[in-house]
Amino acid sequence: MEPLLEVKNITKKFGGLTAVDNVSMQIFPGEVIGILGDNGAGKSTLIKVISGVYHAEAGQIFYEGRRIKISNPTEALKIGIETIYQDLALAENMNVYSNIFLGREKLKKFLGLVDVLDHDYMHSESKKVLNRLDINIPSLKNKISTLSGGERQAVAISRSIYWNAKLLIMDEPTAALGVAEQKKVLNLVKTLSSQGVSIFIISHQIHDVFSVATRLLIMRRGKKVAERITKKTSADEVVGLIVGSILGEYN
Amino acid sequence: MINYHKPKKIGISILRRWTLIFLLGEILFFGLVGTNYISLNNLQDILVASTTVLLLATGETFVIITGGIDLSVGFMVGFSSVICAKVMVNLETAGFSQVAAISIGVLAALLLGLIPGFINGFLVAKLRVPSFIATFGMYGIAYGFAEIICNNIPVHNLPSSLGTLGHGYLFYWLPGKIFSFLNKPGNLTRDELKHLIVIIPNVVVITFIFIAIFAFILAKTKFGQHTYAIGGNINAAERAGVNVKTHLIKVYMISSFFASLAGVMYVLQYITGRAPAGSARLLDAITAVVIGGASLYGGKGTIIGTVIGALIISVLEIGLVNLSIPTYNLYIAVACILIFAVLIDQFSPELIQKEEEI
Repeated sequence: MEPLLEVKNITKKFGGLTAVDNVSMQIFPGEVIGILGDNGAGKSTLIKVISGVYHAEAGQIFYEGRRIKISNPTEALKIGIETIYQDLALAENMNVYSNIFLGREKLKKFLGLVDVLDHDYMHSESKKVLNRLDINIPSLKNKISTLSGGERQAVAISRSIYWNAKLLIMDEPTAALGVAEQKKVLNLVKTLSSQGVSIFIISHQIHDVFSVATRLLIMRRGKKVAERITKKTSADEVVGLIVGSILGEYN
Repeated sequence: MINYHKPKKIGISILRRWTLIFLLGEILFFGLVGTNYISLNNLQDILVASTTVLLLATGETFVIITGGIDLSVGFMVGFSSVICAKVMVNLETAGFSQVAAISIGVLAALLLGLIPGFINGFLVAKLRVPSFIATFGMYGIAYGFAEIICNNIPVHNLPSSLGTLGHGYLFYWLPGKIFSFLNKPGNLTRDELKHLIVIIPNVVVITFIFIAIFAFILAKTKFGQHTYAIGGNINAAERAGVNVKTHLIKVYMISSFFASLAGVMYVLQYITGRAPAGSARLLDAITAVVIGGASLYGGKGTIIGTVIGALIISVLEIGLVNLSIPTYNLYIAVACILIFAVLIDQFSPELIQKEEEI
């Protein structure tokens, strides 16, 4: 199988600091990869290179087998790479389906003259995508401000899936969520993966990452120090790799 | 099964519509204690008196929903009224027909009125000047220019047929005899004139046509949707691909368009152009928007709410006049309603939540 995304020898510097140092990795369709590392290990910088926020000084990015250049986040979105931001980028004063369709509203003709919003269409399409992802929200006409953190997360993810995201980047998706909610988000990650969506998940909660990721990528001081199949490693080993008490194969 | 939620639901729907109930209560109150308050003529007078506030508040609603504020509209009314009047006078003196002079005057005022809005929007959206400062600057500039244009004196000697339009009505009805549309029937005896019923002033018709168009735009179109999105989360709107900067410029232009329209309506009603025209209405307009349910933090508000807010103010104003109560009491009353409106909004957010189509 061909990887969905492959990065080769990515290096990103900020002045004298090398934030990401010669990192290579691949992600396959439907795969969930956990990126682990201490603060300042370069996880976020690596992810931002992929989502088009930063430009790498060196290295190549291949997407669906073709070499690409991602010069800004909009380009990343266009090819199906979507980042779920921590502030979730939802308009809290608007309802669920309006957020899913924000910026890409479905219109219909009013009296054959002017374009107006097609609420019914947006409502039913949103319902479909939420059902597909097993997300339960009482009413899609409820404003985002009335939803819980987990539900908001689910709406943000549904939006990206509806618009054909193939690769999701989730930065600390379970932070600031209650226990039950965390579980729901992790279940959602599994559902997405089973439907062929690839996911990079960055989290400090090693437990969470272990429960959903099939592969783990451990970073330390900008370098990728190790790569592990989740089933063949332990939390102890991963913590050791993160803090440097165990040396990885790339050290 | 007993539905325990029912009383609560009724309570919520009353609270949601408190402004409408308040407005009807006001009318009822003045109807009972005032003289001839609930009469066709008086109700029409209320609408005429409220045109400036209605127009300013409609434009202001768009700006406030985006999380900004437009203070320039206060003097934009005068600016536009002076341009409108001056162009009419000069063209008529130059030998243009009255119809041509009036149409060009109106058009000039409305077109030139878009410029301050564009500048406001540009300052706010592109140069990131806080809207309070940018529009407050424009407030002074518009006033200064208006005084320069009219040389510090009100513009007089406007085309004589202006009053036919400005003081005219949509329908004239002499029961049993005449029913005429737009044209005031001629050759009436003094007694017939006394019984002539006039229905819906032209200025009110024009005002509500524009309000209806923009209420539709705000509630039903993509443009309206993006206006709410910008007020709710400007970053989310930007990331979702909304062209936030262009959108904001358009919103400030809508606001200044409505202020210019109010200036034109002023010329039609008072047959003059004055630099300070309508400036006292700025705070009334903002008050109307807030009473109508908009939040100064952005993301909330409707045109229908704003219209009710504006009517609450003018019903009160005309009511106090009707009861011969000095109008400075109006300030106290309006201020209390304003604070009451904000308190209701603050303390019942979860009660007022409901399913909404935005």
